[in-house]
Amino acid sequence: MDYFIELLFSGLTRGSIYALIALGYTMVYGIIGLINFAHGEIYMIGAFTAFIVATVLSIYGFPLLAIVIIAGLAAVVWASSYGYTVEKIAYKPLRHAPRLSPLISAIGMSIFLQNYVLLSQTSDFLPFPALIPDFAFMEPVAHIVGSTDLAILVTTVVVMLILTLLIKFSKLGKAMRATSQDRTMATLVGINVNRVISATFIVGSSLAAIGGLLIASHIGQINFYIGFLAGIKAFTAAVLGGIGSIPGAVLGSLILGLTESFATGYVTSDYEDVFAFTLLVLILIFKPSGLLGKAANQKV
Amino acid sequence: MKYTLRGKLVASAACVFVALSAPALSLAEDTIRFGVAGAHSGDLASYGLPSVNAAKLVIDKVNANGGINGKKVELLVEDDVCKPEVATNTATKLVSDKVDVVLGHICSGATIAAMPIYKDAGVLVMSPSATSDELTYSGNYPNFFRTIAPNAAQSPAMVDFAIDKLGLTKIAIIHDKGDYGKPLAEGAKAHVEKGGKGEVVLFEGITPGAMDYGAIVNKIKQSGAEVVVYGGYHPEASKIVTQMKKRRMDLKFVSDDGVKDDTFIKVAGEAAEGVYAAGPQDNSKNPMALAAKEEHKKAFGSDPGAFFEGAYAATVAMLNAIEKAGSTDLAALTKVLRTEKVATPVGGISFDEKGDAIGVGFSMYVVEKGNYVVAQ
Amino acid sequence: MFSRKELKKAILTSLWFVFLTMPIMVIKVDAIERTIYWRWLNSLYMAVGVFTVYLLIRLYQHRKNSRQSQAGESGPSVGFLHRLLQNPRQRLLLFAVVGAVVVIFPHFTSTYQVNVMTTALMYVMLGLGLNIVVGLAGLLDLGFVAFYAVGAYTYALLNLHYGLGFWAVLPIGGLFAALFGIILGFPVLRLRGDYLAIVTLGFGEIIRLVLENWGEFSKGPSGISNISRPGFFGIELPLEQAILYTYYLMVLFVIITIFVVNRLQDSRLGRAWIALREDEIACQAMGIDKHKTKLAAFSLGAFWAGIVGVMFAAKTTFVNPASFTFLESAIILSIVVLGGMGSIIGVIFGALILILLPEYLRALSEYRMLAFGAILVCMMIFRPQGLFANIRRHYHYHKKDSSEHDSSGQDFPKSQPS
Repeated sequence: MDYFIELLFSGLTRGSIYALIALGYTMVYGIIGLINFAHGEIYMIGAFTAFIVATVLSIYGFPLLAIVIIAGLAAVVWASSYGYTVEKIAYKPLRHAPRLSPLISAIGMSIFLQNYVLLSQTSDFLPFPALIPDFAFMEPVAHIVGSTDLAILVTTVVVMLILTLLIKFSKLGKAMRATSQDRTMATLVGINVNRVISATFIVGSSLAAIGGLLIASHIGQINFYIGFLAGIKAFTAAVLGGIGSIPGAVLGSLILGLTESFATGYVTSDYEDVFAFTLLVLILIFKPSGLLGKAANQKV
Repeated sequence: MKYTLRGKLVASAACVFVALSAPALSLAEDTIRFGVAGAHSGDLASYGLPSVNAAKLVIDKVNANGGINGKKVELLVEDDVCKPEVATNTATKLVSDKVDVVLGHICSGATIAAMPIYKDAGVLVMSPSATSDELTYSGNYPNFFRTIAPNAAQSPAMVDFAIDKLGLTKIAIIHDKGDYGKPLAEGAKAHVEKGGKGEVVLFEGITPGAMDYGAIVNKIKQSGAEVVVYGGYHPEASKIVTQMKKRRMDLKFVSDDGVKDDTFIKVAGEAAEGVYAAGPQDNSKNPMALAAKEEHKKAFGSDPGAFFEGAYAATVAMLNAIEKAGSTDLAALTKVLRTEKVATPVGGISFDEKGDAIGVGFSMYVVEKGNYVVAQ
Repeated sequence: MFSRKELKKAILTSLWFVFLTMPIMVIKVDAIERTIYWRWLNSLYMAVGVFTVYLLIRLYQHRKNSRQSQAGESGPSVGFLHRLLQNPRQRLLLFAVVGAVVVIFPHFTSTYQVNVMTTALMYVMLGLGLNIVVGLAGLLDLGFVAFYAVGAYTYALLNLHYGLGFWAVLPIGGLFAALFGIILGFPVLRLRGDYLAIVTLGFGEIIRLVLENWGEFSKGPSGISNISRPGFFGIELPLEQAILYTYYLMVLFVIITIFVVNRLQDSRLGRAWIALREDEIACQAMGIDKHKTKLAAFSLGAFWAGIVGVMFAAKTTFVNPASFTFLESAIILSIVVLGGMGSIIGVIFGALILILLPEYLRALSEYRMLAFGAILVCMMIFRPQGLFANIRRHYHYHKKDSSEHDSSGQDFPKSQPS
């Protein structure tokens, strides 16, 4: 039974991180219908900014709490600035281009950002400071659930709640929903669509940055390439849940994380990703627009 | 359209015949062309660049002393980013530049892909780092030599250390599914089963670059293993040891050459303490190794990186063979390499029939206070 | 030349980039030695660089605007090459020149260049294959590399176990890949757009992971080496000639592919694909079997990838799963989109640019992938429809007073290239 609970928690941890990244994908997709391949790189840049700021502060001898807060804020600020800028440079000029052009632009952006960080920093793996300490109250169950796992779960839940409130009740959230339903109509009722798109990129990038900070301090290392695999997995999770749907992204991520964890635990980790992708194919065969995705209306 | 197509077919076919009838040109030899191939850019560059430095150091010294048999040595450096398909291009480029001997390649996969090209051209190749068994044991590549011990020597070293020295018998073998880690892990498994003293309780591959290894760490714990034998590189190893420590698991961790890298200690920090890793045998008391290190410091202002000593040794051995043989003919070089013992930073070495160096092996190291020291 | 407002904007933009690149380009920390390197000079470079680039772009836009206002409303500009191709005489001349260059190319360059060119030609063929799926049928496939892998491993394994030669396996490899295309096609028939994309991506990864993990079958990550090169009437060629031979073979294959794809495009099936891409429902209403058409696209596209796979295995004489990653699929897709979807010339140029560019960018050494990414973005921004947008066949309706044409006087709307 202990084993089951351990696997459950490691699956939830993984799923939570996927969720933080997947939300960025799904929000952007919902609004402009673009698979933002550079999103994984935004996650990486968030983690790198946190790494740089946290290390600098710890060299200057700041207390841990201050480091966590400042590094977290810096990660969010810079990651969202990058998200905003990437949208302005690589996607905005392509708003009315053929459907696949922004996709290639995104792939190019992803390669560019990876190499930009590689050249400005290093190709080596770097030690990420342990921003999440071992909590004393967790010691009795530390062999089952680590402190960082708990921190990741709690943070993710809190962030999700804030996001849901933002989307449901704020003016911006309403504008976002309106834009995703019908962009032309939204313009007609006086919504500044360009501003809403920028805001979406900013919110999505902030979530990715938080994810980057959490996972990097969980595994204790970072390099320029971490965004790529994370991005693909999160994208898979977003599609699994129904791309464009926010609860869908969370559900899809958790299912993906748990599938991987249990597949490793009870079958074999050799085929971990094969299980994940097979599950995806199966779900899409029976629900072609994902678990919570709305079936697209076809114009006849 | 149809008409032109047929015309082109004829033209192409004609050209093939023209090409085939052209005899291979041979250039006048005025220098000895020394090729260096390996990963000089990309994520594995840190494994490849030290060998370029080693070759530069040795060759500059030789040329300053008047070259070999009156000929200067010329260095040709080509990057293969450790990718097999690029390595064939690299090898072709070196061969078409009429290279005489090649130091490289760095990664096993790239080396295997490139070898047939060198074999056809009759070029001697010596690698400081490619450990795949196939390169020497298959007998396919008589022109291949190396100054590092093969995997076939490394996995038994890891397993024997865990069982005999540490006295632990329940072994979990984990690998990274890569062309370096997986054969090592399979070799380790076979060795445990053959020896009969230990028991493999878990044999699994992990996905390199995954976000966390929580599930596999749980599985290791569940398997009741006393020691983890890991085949792969250091980034995944440091994630696993960090997560094991977080779960308060007190298992020994024995790994390979890919983990015996200072970056591992930097990244894993405290969790690295007490990790064992196999590495090329300890040369820290060899005067030539010390001298080579000093030369590197003087020329490049930093400590040499991975496989530097092996590359230095390979350069010395190949140049020595050219000098003794008086030519760059493969058969003559092979004969010298097999019979003459030469002093290098990795000790006095000669080569066996298969092409493996006699006199190099693996030592086990352990992390103590943030440094790798020879394990007792 | 520039108004004050523009200069102000340029300064603000460069300040924004200075802020953006602040932590990553300026600060470098060493956590072990606990030292910080401040590289403020980078900020200065960044500011000056962005300022200049911004003004250059503005200048370009100014000139473009003024030119457009001068020229007034002009029709869609047809590329120079397209004009060449439309005139049969010039087309013949062009083909002759290209053919001559292709044939004599190896005699003026080194073996290395020939080898690189062979690789580029392989990507031309992969691009043409994917073009059927993405460009013509409009099915976004992110896992095309899977079929390439199937072809390569078919040859590697048959050669290893049964000693079959290149020519025997070539059709088998192609057919096998086509079979896999159908296997993938069946479950995804119902999916649309981006759902299809992710499933194909997953399919590509599954194939690679199986090859990696099922060691008994595929020799796992160590790969299969010593695969025979293409045979030349039973003679084993020395290396340099083998490379030349491979090059000419590849040229031949590309010509055949171009010919077949070109004919396919204009066939009944090709028109069905284009109809499918434009509007699935209307297409079904016209009586086209959607499922059959989609499966045909998948399997025909995969067929070419399988052929190139066999060629790849024969050329490198070594295969391992690391050659078949997602990035490879992304590159092939980029070839198709960059060249212009559905356009054969576009794909050829796209492949040559994307494959030769990194080779010749080697001069930039470590900056080469950075440049590659930037070029990809810029090309898309400045030519979103691709280098050579496919020109649709135009049917003009001319009112004629003679009644003899009345029976054939269908009214085709003039369509713009999309």
